[in-house]
Amino acid sequence: MENKIKFVQGNEACVEGALYAGLDFFAGYPITPSTEIAEILSARLPQKGGKFIQMEDEIASMCAIIGASLTGKKVLTATSGPGFSLMQESLGYAIMTEIPSIIVNVQRGGPSTGIPTHVSQGDVNQTRWGTHGDHAIITMTASNHPDIFLVTVDAFNIAETYRTPVVLLFDEVVGHMREKLIIPEPGKIPLVERLRTSVRDGTDYHPYLAREDGRLPMSDFGGVHRYNVTGLAHDMWGFPTDTPKVAHGLLRHLVDKIENNVNKIARYKEFYLEDADQILISYGASARSALHVVENLRKKNQKIGLLELQTLWPFPSAIVREKCLKAKYIVVVEMNMGQIRTSVQNAVEHPERVFLANRIDGVMINPTDIKNILRLIKGQGV
Amino acid sequence: MTRCRIVFSGSGGQGVITAAIILAEAAVLYDNLIAVQTQAYGAAARGGSTRSDVIIADTKINYPKVTQPNILVCLTQESYSKFYSIIRPGGLLITDSRYVQTQKRVDARQKEIPIYETVMEKIGKPIVFNICMLGTLLGITGLVTPFSIQKVLENRIPPEFLELNQKALKIGLAMGKKYSD
Repeated sequence: MENKIKFVQGNEACVEGALYAGLDFFAGYPITPSTEIAEILSARLPQKGGKFIQMEDEIASMCAIIGASLTGKKVLTATSGPGFSLMQESLGYAIMTEIPSIIVNVQRGGPSTGIPTHVSQGDVNQTRWGTHGDHAIITMTASNHPDIFLVTVDAFNIAETYRTPVVLLFDEVVGHMREKLIIPEPGKIPLVERLRTSVRDGTDYHPYLAREDGRLPMSDFGGVHRYNVTGLAHDMWGFPTDTPKVAHGLLRHLVDKIENNVNKIARYKEFYLEDADQILISYGASARSALHVVENLRKKNQKIGLLELQTLWPFPSAIVREKCLKAKYIVVVEMNMGQIRTSVQNAVEHPERVFLANRIDGVMINPTDIKNILRLIKGQGV
Repeated sequence: MTRCRIVFSGSGGQGVITAAIILAEAAVLYDNLIAVQTQAYGAAARGGSTRSDVIIADTKINYPKVTQPNILVCLTQESYSKFYSIIRPGGLLITDSRYVQTQKRVDARQKEIPIYETVMEKIGKPIVFNICMLGTLLGITGLVTPFSIQKVLENRIPPEFLELNQKALKIGLAMGKKYSD
């Protein structure tokens, strides 16, 4: 029997999560610091009858997983910032055509080719608005290996539930760090399988006609039904249209199916928030340093807590607002110039109480960095 | 056990990161401890300066990097110059006597050990330098059990190289015991 207790990198925890969720198809182009995902899947995926393709670039990779998903497969690609930039156009296509797909971005220093082997969280807003046009998107992250496993399984489930691409946004530190991972027994975490149409061969199938619950049953492309898929605004047949009413309905549908379920999609963890008057908000590797600070200062009787976000988009504004109602200081801890800070400011009742503890030099933000900001805020000097 | 923070440093190709992974994996899989391992490296595959941090503890580890190591291992002059000053007062500094000329005295137990020379003399292959270093470290500190390291080696090392690595580990353990005072 295969050993279920492993000592692995975060990238491998993501692979294990994807395989657990039923991944069938991977297409990608290796790039630091995400390479291990492709490397490990190139061995593991064929063993379980799946397909692994190394593509010529990231544009082709994204297009390949869209096509594979349409035929009924669970799909994944993995990249880092430069590759994620190339995927933006077809990410928009996957949103418009409602193709379940998972895109992993293990962030490195940017912009451009940046610092390949060092850490950053600079792509948070790119996952939100990297592709053009009004749209909604789901982005999830995690700070440790058991959580990487769980959010990866979750991402596959959410992608099927809402017929949408989901971005898994990790960073170099959690991607390359090794720690313990226990793989749950098969069946322990429920999996969401593809909702397929019950319309039989010879009967009209409308690929873009939503059921009463808003979901659109799919038909494996190349199977019994012939239908059209296009990035153009389309009607219930999947054919291009510029009818204002249809265009309006489509856009509302694409955004509402996600934004109306923001609390269902929101994943977060809270630590010591009950009585906290200082709240740190963080995610990914930064949340590990933030939790370190919180546990140390709790020992010194400070009322400090951590809200660790695992769903970044759609931003869980109502949850953040409610958790921060009693906070005197809210410090967002992240490795960028304040990308989630802005969303927190927009969410809370007192935006003037929101501060930023960050680092943008390719070095992981450490507990001392955060403590210094806390002291500065309180006028204690550093 | 108390929390042990270790920094392994050297040059790409010496196996510094591999040694760190083997140690941390042994602690987690066979000694039932908690460990994290991280690394810092450049784009160069060989010759660049590398560093790997390992924390071994019996309680949860949040911040995974090491700022002040209890144990610092330096296998090149460059890594010694870069890192000797970060060692925790009273810590353990291990350097390889062929590659590192120690210059300044720090508040630490300093061990200049002929690891490389011993490997070349007794085995003749520099490829197991890192495992011999790991054995030496364990001989001095007893951080994890040699049995656990053996198990990891059996799982990770191709069969044709296993004996070589086991020999290097044994030589290192004996040498470490000699230097542990």
